Amino acid sequence: MSAVGPTFLLDAGEVRRSVTRIAHEILERNKGASDVVLVGVAARGDDLARRLAGEIERIEGPPAVPVGTLDITFYRDDIGLRAEAPEVHETQIPFDISGRAVVLVDDVLFTGRTIRAAMDALVDFGRPRSIQLAVLVDRGHRELPIRPDYVGKNVPTRPDEEVAVRLVETDGEDAVVMLQREGNPA
Amino acid sequence: MNKHLLSISQLTSGDITRILDTAESFREVGSRVIKKVPALRGRTVVNLFYENSTRTRISFELAAKRLSADVINFSTTGSSVAKGESLKDTALTLEAMGADAIVIRHSSSGAPYTLSQWVDASVLNAGDGTHEHPTQALLDLFTIREHFPAFDGLNVAIAGDVRHSRVARSLCLAVTKMGGNVTLVGPPTLVPPEAVGWGAAISHELDDVLPKLDVCYMLRVQRERQRLQFFPSVREYARLYGLSRSRVEALPEHAIVMHPGPMNRGVEIASDVADLPRAVITDQVTNGIAVRMSLLYLILGAEGPRGDAAEAEVQRA
Repeated sequence: MSAVGPTFLLDAGEVRRSVTRIAHEILERNKGASDVVLVGVAARGDDLARRLAGEIERIEGPPAVPVGTLDITFYRDDIGLRAEAPEVHETQIPFDISGRAVVLVDDVLFTGRTIRAAMDALVDFGRPRSIQLAVLVDRGHRELPIRPDYVGKNVPTRPDEEVAVRLVETDGEDAVVMLQREGNPA
Repeated sequence: MNKHLLSISQLTSGDITRILDTAESFREVGSRVIKKVPALRGRTVVNLFYENSTRTRISFELAAKRLSADVINFSTTGSSVAKGESLKDTALTLEAMGADAIVIRHSSSGAPYTLSQWVDASVLNAGDGTHEHPTQALLDLFTIREHFPAFDGLNVAIAGDVRHSRVARSLCLAVTKMGGNVTLVGPPTLVPPEAVGWGAAISHELDDVLPKLDVCYMLRVQRERQRLQFFPSVREYARLYGLSRSRVEALPEHAIVMHPGPMNRGVEIASDVADLPRAVITDQVTNGIAVRMSLLYLILGAEGPRGDAAEAEVQRA
């Protein structure tokens, strides 16, 4: 067992303020919310997307911004490279994304492969006017030419470290922590 | 998941739940404008059908195509099999061409198992003789789950030509495994004595069973497999064991009627009964694609294409 405990990168207040700031930035960039739809990447990205939608509605007033959930499992580039097929989550995009500004929402941006998969999945649903990317944490180490438009916090990390976003909806608390991976990652 | 899908008995109830849950996501894919995902790009699925089949073969074909796999349909007429090639040689040939999965239907019980001993590819049983038809049972469970919150305590009758039905055996195993109660119903000549060991009750009176059912599953009378005379006449069979309009009235309000197809309208099921809203026979067909996508994904998504050396990538999250 490693003696190193989790290091807190963002506490509950900082998570809340990051979401509020990103909501303002989305509105500023898109000159309001009328064309914007939010699509969160499961799991946790969808919870963040719902929070962003709540903030945007609080700032701009109704109508609420549409929120969808996207599961990227079927679009992964590592299917068949693992002992078990990756677990599948729910996809729900009950609105047309064609011609809209789609803001993809995810918790942590790392290699960029998830976002590549998410963009492939999105274009199967329609032809957005633009796709923007909002993440709570950007931890670097990109393997693809992808950059976020909205970032909660940039965190320098080592590749073997693990950044975990915890949200009240799924984990009972709001926090971003860094975990040391113990011993052998296998 | 196991490498092969040969029978229901190899699956745990946890496996079955996972297959059905994953199928929910694939049903969503089937409702999109573009009903296709790239999950199994680069994989090859061979449909090797030694018996006639329309819906199972097409269903597997669509399932594989919606996962972006390449599909080869190999039917025995007009192929090397017609020239006398053995199952083993046919399979080894297909494998040498790079098949990752072989979906096989064969008139001999146990052919998929034997095949799985010979080849490296995953083998999926699409019906073998009078033994099993596991994918049909799984899509039936999926369809039942759309109507009932839990399998526990569910009362299911499987009625008709149980003796010749691989669907009956697989479904009976699957339902009892999930905690449901099965009653096998049919004339004594068409309910085999060994069915006692399947964990099901046996009845020869359809009318006695109907009032307490949640699911009434009618089997096709498989005349092509009946080498002997198992009942005096089709008319008598229909009168005693056919699901007529008046028998449907005896079912509880919430009960559903199922049939694996193809139907003999007027024999085991009356024509107007097959078209009732509570007959979910076309739902079964639709769900078959999602369930087979789920199976292909869980089986083929678990291991790399043969000769793939991207082991280092495995560590990646």
